[in-house]
Amino acid sequence: MRAEAVEEGALARPAEAPAAPARSPFAADLRELLANRTAVLSIAIVLAVAAMALFAPWIAPHDPYEANLLRRLQPPVWLEGGEWAHPLGCDQLGRDILSRIVFGARVSMTIGLLVVAIAAVIGTTLGLLAGYLRGFVDVLIGRIVDTLLGFPYLIFAIGLMAAMGPGLANIVLALVLKEWVLTCRVARAETLAAREMDYVEAARALGASPARIMLGEILPNILSPVLVVATFRMATIVILEASLSFLGLGVQPPVPSWGSMVADGRAFLLDAWWVATLPGVAIFVLVLAINLASQGLRDVFDPRLKA
Amino acid sequence: MRPSALLERLLQLVPVLLGIALVVFLMMQATPGDPVELMLGDALATPEQREALRRDMGLDRPLPERFLHFLGNAATLDFGQSFHHRRPVADVILERLPATIELTLAAMAIAIAVGVPLGVVAAVRRDGWIDRLATILGLAGVSMPGFWLGILLILLFSVQLGWLPVSGRIGFGAEVPPVTGLLLVDTLLAGRPASFLEALRHLLLPAVTLGLAMAALLMRVTRTSMLEALRQDYVTFATAKGLPRRRVLIRHALRNALTPTVTVAAIETGTLLGGNMIVETVFGWPGLGRLVVEGIFTRNYPLVQAAVLLYAVTYVLLNLLADVLQTVLNPKVRL
Repeated sequence: MRAEAVEEGALARPAEAPAAPARSPFAADLRELLANRTAVLSIAIVLAVAAMALFAPWIAPHDPYEANLLRRLQPPVWLEGGEWAHPLGCDQLGRDILSRIVFGARVSMTIGLLVVAIAAVIGTTLGLLAGYLRGFVDVLIGRIVDTLLGFPYLIFAIGLMAAMGPGLANIVLALVLKEWVLTCRVARAETLAAREMDYVEAARALGASPARIMLGEILPNILSPVLVVATFRMATIVILEASLSFLGLGVQPPVPSWGSMVADGRAFLLDAWWVATLPGVAIFVLVLAINLASQGLRDVFDPRLKA
Repeated sequence: MRPSALLERLLQLVPVLLGIALVVFLMMQATPGDPVELMLGDALATPEQREALRRDMGLDRPLPERFLHFLGNAATLDFGQSFHHRRPVADVILERLPATIELTLAAMAIAIAVGVPLGVVAAVRRDGWIDRLATILGLAGVSMPGFWLGILLILLFSVQLGWLPVSGRIGFGAEVPPVTGLLLVDTLLAGRPASFLEALRHLLLPAVTLGLAMAALLMRVTRTSMLEALRQDYVTFATAKGLPRRRVLIRHALRNALTPTVTVAAIETGTLLGGNMIVETVFGWPGLGRLVVEGIFTRNYPLVQAAVLLYAVTYVLLNLLADVLQTVLNPKVRL
């Protein structure tokens, strides 16, 4: 394995001095990550949920919208009255809960990924600008960051959702508007450290433009802490989306979302506990897997943050 | 802390608070629908009356002027009339505030009582079974959505075991005259232990639901800082001096390890404010969080606006408190 990595590295950069370490650091990181069983398992779970979201129509045994009042509040298969056709039972309209959980993964994954990705791009850009240019830009961005940090997350999102009305695009917007702040802080701090490095000094001496230095020299070096933070944040975003949906401010019915499924089931807690609790299991498993996966990624790609 | 440092820190709050007010103001400008129509509700009005109301509400003024007006009103706690209640927003909020404060304080107390000792034990017996259990519980605690945890607790303790009530603050017939608005205090002041127990039984599940995530966080912070403190020379020295282990752990290690815990606790209390909306909805707790959620659905924008502003200002002040506590506990930190 190691010999292969050496050869690949050497082939990729034939002009490099022979003394430079030719071993690909990424391959080594990847091997370290694969050795961490918890991390591998949790990454597999996250990918499985992503696949579930992507291929929902083929995986779900039933149409998630198909109501049948004859099957109203039908119990899961392991309880009396359950059947294999509806392994997790049915909700108050007789819709198949398993199918709705499968389709619900779409909302959680879409919003989780979109918010984290958009916020990472905005936050990194503004953090780079603030950290490298300093001066007025830094002060201005700093003021906006401080203001947004003054809001508890859910309150901010709820306030915005109240103003804009529910809907997928509005949730993404409401969460992104606050989420970029965290990435921005990390990116700015990393940029402040990186701009004093010799390689940046060298690039400046060679006459590189500020844009060139930020994108070509600093960005690659601050990327791994930024990405590590982003993976951690996805767990919070999934919970926030579920919370908004639970309050009725998220994706609107009949589109299945895990949070709103729990909310719907609350009215039937006494006779049909499964309607409210099972979608919650899905949220818990996904969030736990994201947390464990990002811990594994952090330990490998950004060991400085290791607790 | 030097008074001048505190003053400087307070002055730094001014732009933040102004920014928050601006964001809240703009948020409500973005709401769909005409505020005049919302205010009128189903009431019939002539075009002239509508125009008069528009002028009364200051809606004919330019935006910057309206913002200044909003600031002035906010400073005097005048948030206008609550659409739904037909009473001043400030009154409606004040009425609901004690329930939320009681819930938040109880959640905080549970979080500290569970999180800090667990973190200390986990650090002292590192890699022991308590440490492993604490790590698993900590991870589960932060991965669990509050509304789901609340429902699980209701299912177990109210539906299955029948030990605790499902919702509300106190049962019928157990009410006491309000003094502080905090039922645990009021029932004691009224000298009615049965009512006190009743209030406590109602408070328990919501407070645990709200406090568990914070307990998990406090546990992790305490564990980390305690491990750090145990590595320090002064701990080794105190042990070498022959001091009893207990004394070394509490007087030397824990005292220094608590600084980050206190800071996180103050900041997290602010985060509890957001969790309030969820927990109060799950448990039918008649506090501010539920009022806001209801306000959103009844499009009661003045109420929502005031509450969001109140939450944000409280959050900022708690962050300030965290900073101040940090310097008090650790003189090495300067603001």
